[in-house]
Amino acid sequence: MPFIPHTEQDVEAMLAAIGETSTAALFDEIPDAMRFSGELKLQGQLSEMALMRLMQSRARQDEVKLSFLGAGAYEHHIPAAVWDIASRGEFMTAYTPYQAEASQGTLQLIYEFQTMISRLTGMEVANASVYDGASALAEAMLMAVRANKKNKSRRILVAGNLNPRYLKACEAIVRHQGLVLSSIAIDSETGCTSMPVEDLADAAALVVAYPNFFGGLDAVNELCDAASSAGALVIGVVNPTAMALLTPPGSWGSEGADIVVGDGQPLGIPLASGGPYLGFMCCKKAIVRQMPGRIIGRTEDSEGATGFALTLQAREQHIRRGKATSNICTNQGLLVTAATLYMSLLGSEGLRQVAIASHDGLNRLRERLAGIGIAPKFQGPAFHEQVFELPVAAETMVKTLMRDGMLPGLNLDFLGDGYRNALLINVTETKTSEDLDLLVSKMHLAIREEAA
Amino acid sequence: MLIYEKSQIGRQARAQAPQLKDDVDLSTLGSHLRSQPVGLPDVSELEVVRHYTNLSSKNFAIDKQFYPLGSCTMKYNPRGAHRAASIPGFLNRHPLAPEALSQGFLSCLYELQEDLAEVTGMKGVSLTPMAGAQGEFAGVAMIRAYHDKRQDHERQEILVPEAAHGTNPATAVMCGYTVREIPVTSEGDVDLTALKAALSEKTAGLMMTNPSTCGVFERQIPEIAEAVHQAGGLLYYDGANLNAILGQVRPGDMGFDVLHMNLHKTFATPHGGGGPGSGPVGVGPRLLPFLPTPIVGKEMTETGPFYRWLDEQDLPDTIGPLSAHMGNAGILLRAYAYSRLLGADGMRRVGEYATLNANYMAARLKRAGFQLAFPDRRATHEFIVTLSKEAKTQGVTAMDFAKRLLDFGLHAPTTYFPLLIPECLLIEPTETETKAEMDGFIDAMIQIREEALNNPEYVRSAPHNMPVKRLDDVKAARDLDLAFAAS
Amino acid sequence: MTEVRNELKYLDSHEWARREEDGGIVVGISDHAQDALGDVVFVELPEIGRVVSAREEVAVVESVKAASDIYAPVSGTIRAINERLVDEPELVNESPYDDAWFFVIEPSDAAEIDALLSADDYSALCDASDH
Repeated sequence: MPFIPHTEQDVEAMLAAIGETSTAALFDEIPDAMRFSGELKLQGQLSEMALMRLMQSRARQDEVKLSFLGAGAYEHHIPAAVWDIASRGEFMTAYTPYQAEASQGTLQLIYEFQTMISRLTGMEVANASVYDGASALAEAMLMAVRANKKNKSRRILVAGNLNPRYLKACEAIVRHQGLVLSSIAIDSETGCTSMPVEDLADAAALVVAYPNFFGGLDAVNELCDAASSAGALVIGVVNPTAMALLTPPGSWGSEGADIVVGDGQPLGIPLASGGPYLGFMCCKKAIVRQMPGRIIGRTEDSEGATGFALTLQAREQHIRRGKATSNICTNQGLLVTAATLYMSLLGSEGLRQVAIASHDGLNRLRERLAGIGIAPKFQGPAFHEQVFELPVAAETMVKTLMRDGMLPGLNLDFLGDGYRNALLINVTETKTSEDLDLLVSKMHLAIREEAA
Repeated sequence: MLIYEKSQIGRQARAQAPQLKDDVDLSTLGSHLRSQPVGLPDVSELEVVRHYTNLSSKNFAIDKQFYPLGSCTMKYNPRGAHRAASIPGFLNRHPLAPEALSQGFLSCLYELQEDLAEVTGMKGVSLTPMAGAQGEFAGVAMIRAYHDKRQDHERQEILVPEAAHGTNPATAVMCGYTVREIPVTSEGDVDLTALKAALSEKTAGLMMTNPSTCGVFERQIPEIAEAVHQAGGLLYYDGANLNAILGQVRPGDMGFDVLHMNLHKTFATPHGGGGPGSGPVGVGPRLLPFLPTPIVGKEMTETGPFYRWLDEQDLPDTIGPLSAHMGNAGILLRAYAYSRLLGADGMRRVGEYATLNANYMAARLKRAGFQLAFPDRRATHEFIVTLSKEAKTQGVTAMDFAKRLLDFGLHAPTTYFPLLIPECLLIEPTETETKAEMDGFIDAMIQIREEALNNPEYVRSAPHNMPVKRLDDVKAARDLDLAFAAS
Repeated sequence: MTEVRNELKYLDSHEWARREEDGGIVVGISDHAQDALGDVVFVELPEIGRVVSAREEVAVVESVKAASDIYAPVSGTIRAINERLVDEPELVNESPYDDAWFFVIEPSDAAEIDALLSADDYSALCDASDH
């Protein structure tokens, strides 16, 4: 009986204490007609050994030799210490820190995470995380509508170069609360938000992605100032690695962004087929009470010693119920643990170096691609990924390179006409010169094959 | 001490930073370059390892202590499941990898969809919601989509028992509904008369759980299901208490149209200090078209099965995606592993032994003189003890008991939920605990009650043996200190 | 036993109201309410100039274990708010009837306050709910 420790003697003694002779009696309040008496048709029981063999063989089917896929999930080196420590039972099998005195490890760690992520983004406060970047953005939109005292609008202007998967998830989540999401046009030369942005005075908030989905860099200072003057809040969606190298949203324009979200996956969390990741949320202190999710505060105990506890819980569903800021009652605790370890191990200088190495890798790839006649689709600076215009369909390129176990990037043809030959390629510090050479030579071969 | 207080400029975990060539060209970034300090701590690798290892020892955890938290199902998190999900081929798979290179992962997910549908008696499952609360959101959004599709726009009310968990009304509001609460009887059942009076052509549905948040089985579920369906509403099952009936009763067989499961409860995926969770939804035939995407589909080809993603092209009436990718994939793999380790027999034993353990504890505590909230009902996988008598006579509250239990190396049960039972402890041992562990808890409760009689101040000022004494919640909320200030 | 002031009028949701000489209606929460809430950590006040209806939610008072909506006892316009509560929310616990007034309404109907509960009726309500 996997995981059930009872011996026959235990069961006898326990039933005797209850005053029954069989466990069946304990279900006697349930109408017979409702009891499931058949055989559950499940996949079939395996021992741990057999399970591991099965899972190993399935995982092997999915192995890829070299990947340049980014588009919202990024491959970075994860120091061995990160998951060695995050997998400790004391972190992994701990519960939500409702009993603060029994959870000081987790609570202090989350306080340190809140500190790190708020400093990284240049914002005043952060929460303990929500599910992922996309749902964090949805929560930020709802928060902006609640927090914007100057403008009662329920319209959110969204940069046209935001990750389309983020937009779709936001639409599904905010749809029933009367919010209207409007996409802003992008400049066809640069892939950046067209300026000036219309209808800002009509909007509760403006969402800016930095870097944007195409890897490019928008004019965040101008966008932020334009929104603030028009009375709209600014929501920044950012990549945390990029933050070590680029202007943090707290410093955008003269007022800074009001709310900042993003996905913390690049901070020590493996790609793992898309989850679990972590959605970070930061904001200006003035609107912290509108921020959903758990928040950890530093306080004292009855003898004046420093301690940490969940705070501002009155906003949350278990107290406020129908009037809560959100129905959320999770934070991505385990992933926050990993991210905090990662940020501590890399430190300011290390994360900067990861960002620089990634950016440099993209620069060098771009040079090599120019050598085989492939140029970026958009003008302007890029952080660590960029869209390249191929002389063949992107779908063909991907299929051809898959034969060698390589993923050259994301085929963007789902964005419609004009993107049939567009490939979004990401480079991180994990790619060596040899890796870049291999990619370029395989792409070159694929082009020649298609021409033949 | 905080990691920041150990920080010193010049310290770095040098093995971790990439080797940079000397003059990397950053000129294309121009005015985008950050001039502000990055703000992360500057410490060496050993300092980090030591700091966080020491922090971990300040935590309670299932791997160390008994955690009888009602409604949280703190059962053993099998290491094998963690190991299986962490195999490199799974860990390194990019979410956007093409289907042809994802058959291993997709086959696990497809089989999990099947297993979850089977144990709940539902027709279809979507694995994408990332937590119970997101699962609830998906479920209620599907109810709305169903009524909207039928042009039944009058239905703007969701009914919820007054003992329901706060996420239920919060979710209903997020989906644009108004909430109406239905009273619960002194026996712990939903008041059927009040329910029937509240049902109307305005009712979109009723959200409930079974066993209820009171820890007892909702005996009139057949009548409840009939009444709600007659009124044209749908019945939603909050799967928080699924552990009580796993393998014994199926929500689909009870008449529920839609449900969510909490894999971090029932399927033993790790709680991680607050998350991640995973909240798959299951539906009956009426709601199949509305499931959140993506779902894994299977096609038979000459070379065998081929698994692929089903999205809004396959499911035009879907309520949409709820995450950037497909949910908490790693957690789903752990749940799949757990399901395989258990098999059909193992599933059945979960409900059986979870119920045996809870009834045992209830019987012993009752005999020891504690007041059960529903003394004439069977315990399900959990039960409620009320300490209102002790609070009145000794001035020692459920909170005080909870804090004093920590000193005995026992995590407190859930306190003050459900709200309708005063000074309550909601106790759920789960099926993975031994009789000895449970006896230890009961003995501690008896001792604390003794202390409450003879030395109440000692209990009121607990905990005494933890890394900190009782923390000042009021100060935490009044003097907000949410991030360490840079000096 | 919590204090009930005789010269005030009350709502069953535990707000008190007092008519000033100039006709303004001062509003706060009762001793019973602050006792039930526990230590108050935050008060969210309405904006001056906001038009409110009787029974509309116009403020929120938050403790560690609860967050309660405060309802306008009468219809009118918010004329003044007690900024002290922003930095000293503990005043609600210490002085619910004096220092911790929440806001002043310029009433649209001067007689509306007369329909509220008297001190005796409110006391009876509190006694009933305590048992």
